[in-house]
Amino acid sequence: MHPAPSVIVFTTFSGLGFGLLVFLGLGYPAVSGWSAFAFFMIAYLCAVGGLMASTFHLGRPERALKAFTQWRSSWLSREAWCAVAALLTMSLYAAALVFWDTRIAALGWIGAALSLSTVATTSMIYAQLKTVPRWHSPATPALFLACALAGGALLAGQVTWAIWLLSVAGAVQLAAWIIGDSAFTRSGTTMATATGLGSIGSVRAFEPPHTGTNYLLREFVHVVGRRHRTKLRIIAIGLMAIVPIACLLVPFSHWLAGLAVLSHVGGVLTARWLFFAEAEHVVGLYYGKR
Amino acid sequence: MQPVIDLSPKVSDEVRRTTCYMCACRCGINVHMKAGKVVYIEGNRDHPVNKGVLCAKGSAGIMQVNAPSRLRAPLKRVGPRGSGEFEEISWDEALQIATGWLAPIRAKNPEKLAFFTGRDQSQSFTSYWAQNFGTPNYAAHGGFCSVNMAAAGIYTMGGAFWEFGQPDWDHTKLFMLFGVAEDHDSNPIKMGIGKIKARGARVIGVNPIRTGYNAVADDWVGITPGTDGLFILSMIHVLMKAGRIDLDYLARYTNAPVLVNGDPKSPEFGLFLRDDAGKELVIDRATGKLTPFDHPGVRPDLAATHRAGGITHRPVFHQMADLYLDPQYAPEAVAERCGIAASRIRAIASELARVAFDEAFELDREWTDFRGETHKTMTGRPVSFHAMRGISAHANGFQTCRALHVLQILLGTVEVPGGFRFKPPYPKPATAHPKPHCKVTPGAPLDGPHLGFVQGPEDLALKDDGTPARIDKAFTWDNPMSAHGLMHMVISNAHAGDPYKIDTLFMYMANMSWNSSMNTRGVIDMLTDRGDDGEYVIPRIIYSDAYSSEMVAYADLVLPDTTYLERHDCISLLDRPICEADAAADAIRWPVIEPDRDVRGFQSVLCDLGARLGLPGFANEDGSATYADYADYIVNHQRRPGIGPLAGFRGDGTQAGRGDPNPDQLNRYIANGGFFVTHVPDAAAYYKPWNTAYQDWAVGIGLCDKPQPYLFQIYVEPMRRFQRAAEGHGDRQPPDHLRDRIKATMSPLPIWHETDQTGNDGFPVHALTQRPMAMYHSWGSQNAWLRQLHGHNPLYLPTRLMRENDLKDGDWARVTSPHGEITVPVLEMTALNENTVWTWNAIGKRKGAWALEPDAPEATRGFLLNHLIHELLPPKGDGLRWSNSDPITGQAAWFDLKVSIAKTTPPQESLPAFDPIKSPVGTGPKTLRWKVGP
Amino acid sequence: MTQLPAHTDKKLGLVIDLDTCVGCHACVISCKGWNTENYGAPLSDQDPYGAAPSGTFLNRVHSYEMQPDHGAAQLAHFPKSCLHCEDAPCVTVCPTGASYKRVEDGIVLVNESDCIGCGLCAWACPYGARELDAAEGVMKKCTLCVDRIYNENLAPEDREPACVRTCPAGARHFGDLGDPDSAVSQLVDRRGGMDLMPEQGTRPVNKYLPPRPKDRLHETDVLAPFLAPVAEDPKGFFAWLDKTLEKR
Ligand SMILES: Nc1nc2c(c(=O)[nH]1)N[C@H]1C(S)=C(S)[C@@H](COP(=O)(O)OP(=O)(O)OC[C@H]3O[C@@H](n4cnc5c(=O)[nH]c(N)nc54)[C@H](O)[C@@H]3O)O[C@H]1N2
Ligand SMILES: Nc1nc2c(c(=O)[nH]1)N[C@H]1C(S)=C(S)[C@@H](COP(=O)(O)OP(=O)(O)OC[C@H]3O[C@@H](n4cnc5c(=O)[nH]c(N)nc54)[C@H](O)[C@@H]3O)O[C@H]1N2
Ligand code: SF4
Ligand code: SF4
Ligand code: SF4
Ligand code: SF4
Ligand code: SF4
Ligand SMILES: [Mo]
Repeated sequence: MHPAPSVIVFTTFSGLGFGLLVFLGLGYPAVSGWSAFAFFMIAYLCAVGGLMASTFHLGRPERALKAFTQWRSSWLSREAWCAVAALLTMSLYAAALVFWDTRIAALGWIGAALSLSTVATTSMIYAQLKTVPRWHSPATPALFLACALAGGALLAGQVTWAIWLLSVAGAVQLAAWIIGDSAFTRSGTTMATATGLGSIGSVRAFEPPHTGTNYLLREFVHVVGRRHRTKLRIIAIGLMAIVPIACLLVPFSHWLAGLAVLSHVGGVLTARWLFFAEAEHVVGLYYGKR
Repeated sequence: MQPVIDLSPKVSDEVRRTTCYMCACRCGINVHMKAGKVVYIEGNRDHPVNKGVLCAKGSAGIMQVNAPSRLRAPLKRVGPRGSGEFEEISWDEALQIATGWLAPIRAKNPEKLAFFTGRDQSQSFTSYWAQNFGTPNYAAHGGFCSVNMAAAGIYTMGGAFWEFGQPDWDHTKLFMLFGVAEDHDSNPIKMGIGKIKARGARVIGVNPIRTGYNAVADDWVGITPGTDGLFILSMIHVLMKAGRIDLDYLARYTNAPVLVNGDPKSPEFGLFLRDDAGKELVIDRATGKLTPFDHPGVRPDLAATHRAGGITHRPVFHQMADLYLDPQYAPEAVAERCGIAASRIRAIASELARVAFDEAFELDREWTDFRGETHKTMTGRPVSFHAMRGISAHANGFQTCRALHVLQILLGTVEVPGGFRFKPPYPKPATAHPKPHCKVTPGAPLDGPHLGFVQGPEDLALKDDGTPARIDKAFTWDNPMSAHGLMHMVISNAHAGDPYKIDTLFMYMANMSWNSSMNTRGVIDMLTDRGDDGEYVIPRIIYSDAYSSEMVAYADLVLPDTTYLERHDCISLLDRPICEADAAADAIRWPVIEPDRDVRGFQSVLCDLGARLGLPGFANEDGSATYADYADYIVNHQRRPGIGPLAGFRGDGTQAGRGDPNPDQLNRYIANGGFFVTHVPDAAAYYKPWNTAYQDWAVGIGLCDKPQPYLFQIYVEPMRRFQRAAEGHGDRQPPDHLRDRIKATMSPLPIWHETDQTGNDGFPVHALTQRPMAMYHSWGSQNAWLRQLHGHNPLYLPTRLMRENDLKDGDWARVTSPHGEITVPVLEMTALNENTVWTWNAIGKRKGAWALEPDAPEATRGFLLNHLIHELLPPKGDGLRWSNSDPITGQAAWFDLKVSIAKTTPPQESLPAFDPIKSPVGTGPKTLRWKVGP
Repeated sequence: MTQLPAHTDKKLGLVIDLDTCVGCHACVISCKGWNTENYGAPLSDQDPYGAAPSGTFLNRVHSYEMQPDHGAAQLAHFPKSCLHCEDAPCVTVCPTGASYKRVEDGIVLVNESDCIGCGLCAWACPYGARELDAAEGVMKKCTLCVDRIYNENLAPEDREPACVRTCPAGARHFGDLGDPDSAVSQLVDRRGGMDLMPEQGTRPVNKYLPPRPKDRLHETDVLAPFLAPVAEDPKGFFAWLDKTLEKR
């Protein structure tokens, strides 16, 4: 799949933002007033910024509101509802904290649940796609949730939680890669099933239907070199989990905490780049590519 | 809620029916119009050619008439030739310039004008103009295209495959296709293949490359290029040996029983025994007597010989047996050279015979033959063949095409139900065609039509001193039967001054500085070469094109044509009509839109120019123009009284074929969908060359003036006459250096001869091109839709050559021939003869042409194979210029190319790279959203 | 409307004959022509005369080579447009309801005025049957020529998809695949019509007819009885000829 910056930014930052909101909703850290404002500001910047970024991916962003209509069948629609619901709920919750120093716990729990659901619905947009075997797996929601929670814990300054959740996220990411690497083969979709010509002999693509490029090739066919993929995976896991954990394990310093956050964000961005770039859409088979 | 959509939107304001132009197939089209603009083009269901279907090019016509590459006004060259620097001028000035150049030529040396036309669909008109101008130097592109096919067919059986005939798609059960990627008859072949596939009948494809028709073929024969003749003769060997041939058909309808002088010492050796009236003689089986072949009731004997004056005359059939039963044609003897297993050759021959004879059937139709015998039924032999440039564009192509026709004839499958059928005006034997004319008289027309079918040395186009009369050396000892001329030699010969220099080269619709020339770089140099005096060696070039092609840059004067939807055209029974086996048909084009540029239909311009030059046929006594424009010519010109360019709606509008000019004729065509069709009566539908009902019908509609039944010429006597001359007989004698070649190649019975391999050592791989179905030569690339399908062309290599050269898809290779070198991207193909590489034809473009951006993939990755093919064979050290052509017809031997391949580091762009030419029309827009309606 | 209808009255679709398709691209261009002028926004082209032309097409023709265990490689031309799946994943993912499957005939359409161009439906389609138009920003796909097949401004025989009408080889067939008695259903039965990527669970309506077995001629017994020589040499041949001619 084409690793479009808009979707990478979107999934990374909205994940972080909603992850942070989960923790804030649960009352960690227990903040109020200006410091609550700062935390919520960060969360909203990430979440809303991410959502805004996602509209860059749209051909007709001015019609984005129409995306709310199909919550009964479409994960994207559900995500839109969840996001709005989470943001609205959390804004009331935040307002109470910032302006009245009051924590309405029930609202927080609901907001946290909605925030987590938002991440889950986002992940389901990808996980539902049978056409991308690497994504079509419980590993995808697990990964998105783990990253969001780990990032949220990190941003929320919940060191212990963060260490654990970062480890979990790292582990899930590794698992996702391992499972994902064989997903296409396991899916059973091959050039033979794609063309129905397998019974005649081994099938290879001859002339493509056009010598130029097209939307399909741009959007779905992206080949990452084997060497690059390994290198990038090491960088991603290192930045996303190992460096932040290391930073958190040594005695606390704001500098190191900041570094942990930056490293984590960089790691998730890299991982998300790989998430898209490595994902092979079955349509590539028609072009003799995966 | 499901949205409500308009299921019946208005499709168009109006449908205008005319004829497509993107290839020589000439399908009928419905041009849908909104607000006076073209919105959609589809096939015309009523049209005899395409019956509603339309190919990609036809459907993309809308992008052709809107192409940014359209020329806008007459152009006068201001920069050096080839720079593309022009100034737009008025038509008045353009025509004055042209008249100023041409009038003095006509007055003094008409042969100093060479007028050659390429994709011309009005050859009866352009040749008429050239004939009246008085130059012998006229031809269309047939010589480099497929003259082998046309000439072999006409000399052998009075018509070829090509556009002259078609399989009996409704009855055939086995269809065998040699060397075809697309052909002129594009849509009908696809429709036919679809039809027989739907019936589950078998298709056999003989082609080194398995794409297109050959991909859907049930059996694919991946033959070694250039060896089809051997393969066919081997099948003939096997069939004759097994007696699986149609003896009755051979005896009745062919010259197999005609007696041939068998005395090597006789001056008539190898010539037919004839009576005083010149009729070929046979032995009648009933009487045992010598009789003219066409006497009523004669049953010619295939076996009986005749001895007279001490000379034994043996029927042609004896010679065939002697020649073809020879073990040199045994499958085992040819298998390796052809790359086809001997068992497979046998299996295919056996299947041909099985279907021809064991699946024979009768049509319940009575008919009477030219000997007066009435047959109760028509016997079907449901085997049909088709072939095209794959066998004709080799230097042994003429004989190969002949061999194929002889195979058809041996099986008795020509002009019978289920076999191959002619389309009117064919059948028409070679003897019914004109002979070539070349007698020049200053200030007067030529003594007759330029092109034709020679019957012997006396018909060659030689001057009194024996030198070639024509610039292309057509009809000379180099290529005596060059029925279509040799367009590929014109520039080369004119540049070399061999046989003489010319003054003005006038070309129409031929991209001669690019894809339609061999040796493109060399041709470019010839076009721009200057003599010691600083003048161009080819002093003046006039060119008519509709688009900004590569050739435009090399003209001194450019006459911009309209597009096909903006002008009148005439697809006439006088040249290449749109007939079907069951019908005579012709068609027109008419301006369904008006040009928005200062351009004029070329034929109208020729009418004007003809009048300005005072040419007979174009200028009246008082000097005024005979025809206001081409439309006027189409309606009012008469070749013979009552016979004009269009056969339909003559006289009062009810007459077909013959009749006075009808001023309303074009309107009647338009109302009828742009075409006219008249059906062959049922009883005349088959056995046409011998069927009195057909012959009478043909006379009735003016295809000929009297019945002309004839025999199929398995043995082509005119070829023997040339051999005889080479053996030293007669007063017109070939030069000594050609004697052996004429003796060896011009066998009156088809043979296979190896092509001239001079210089091919070290170049073991065959290199071919194929036409992409969705592109027409060079002009598809200006079409925004089509160029997305074929924007560049890789060289396809068989798996074996990929491995041996350590190549992967996307690598680049240096491809070398005895003549040149190109560096191009390669891709692997498995379904390919293992010693053949190929690419799509004419995709590569010159930078700056066709209103494309200079970095268009056509120019940076696309390439031409033409750089590797020379119009001359490598020098043999005798100082002579040997043309790379069939020694019999002069057919350009495009497919004889041999190359070697080596992996190389990818260059910046495919090589050779050329400087850009300046576009006289700029480049196209950055986005297209072509919608006329709301 | 992104829920799929539980039932459609008809299952209109195409049957594509891979045994007959010669790969001419006629269907590609006639589709482009019809749909540029008709249903919805025109199919645009970017850089149409430049280095990287790229336009929207609703139907494209691929080609594949098949190498059997024994014998020559084969080649198939392979046209592909929307298969109007019964379980169309492109419909259910659509967040706006722009994508829908028609109840009356099963045609899958995009309502362009609702489409936000999110691309998700194209992601969900395994067949590459949807292309986002770069100029209009909305999703384009084969409409099965819904504006032709019922169009009362067209002659009845023209009420079929543009690509079917134009196909010179007759390799494309249009009809109701929900009706077992329809010509297309019969054809599918007779020729073993198949689904593409059945494992994707989309249940395509369009069917593909597989190429017939090829290169079988050499399997026939060669010499007997068709080609037994009548004689080995010309002399014997003439003797045979005399005998044969006498019999007539
Ligand atoms: N390597 C290789 N080369 C080949 C061949 C091959 O098989 N392999 N095939 C050869 C054969 S058979 C042929 S016939 C030639 C064909 O070669 P050409 O006869 O050169 O054919 P085109 O490239 O179509 O060029 C025709 C010219 O006509 C112009 N034209 C198009 N429409 C109009 C119009 O309406 N009016 C006017 N006045 N001009 C118009 C086009 O712009 C173009 O410049 O190529 C030959 N070249
Ligand atoms: N779409 C489209 N249609 C066209 C044209 C076009 O440019 N585009 N051009 C028109 C013109 S001018 C012409 S002349 C015709 C030509 O129509 P075709 O004769 O179909 O021309 P080519 O594409 O040159 O195809 C030649 C075929 O012969 C095969 N071949 C080459 N050498 C041999 C051989 O030795 N033996 C055998 N058995 N096969 C061989 C090649 O692989 C190729 O498939 O097409 C006309 N129709
Ligand atoms: S085959 Fe195609 S290009 Fe040729 S005349 Fe017919 S529709 Fe036009
Ligand atoms: S082919 Fe693709 S676009 Fe068409 S219905 Fe099926 S999934 Fe949807
Ligand atoms: S691109 Fe349009 S049709 Fe496709 S899913 Fe998005 S909104 Fe629906
Ligand atoms: S049915 Fe219509 S929209 Fe669909 S591929 Fe055919 S022509 Fe295109
Ligand atoms: S028009 Fe017909 S033959 Fe041509 S590519 Fe399309 S389906 Fe195949
Ligand atoms: Mo040609």
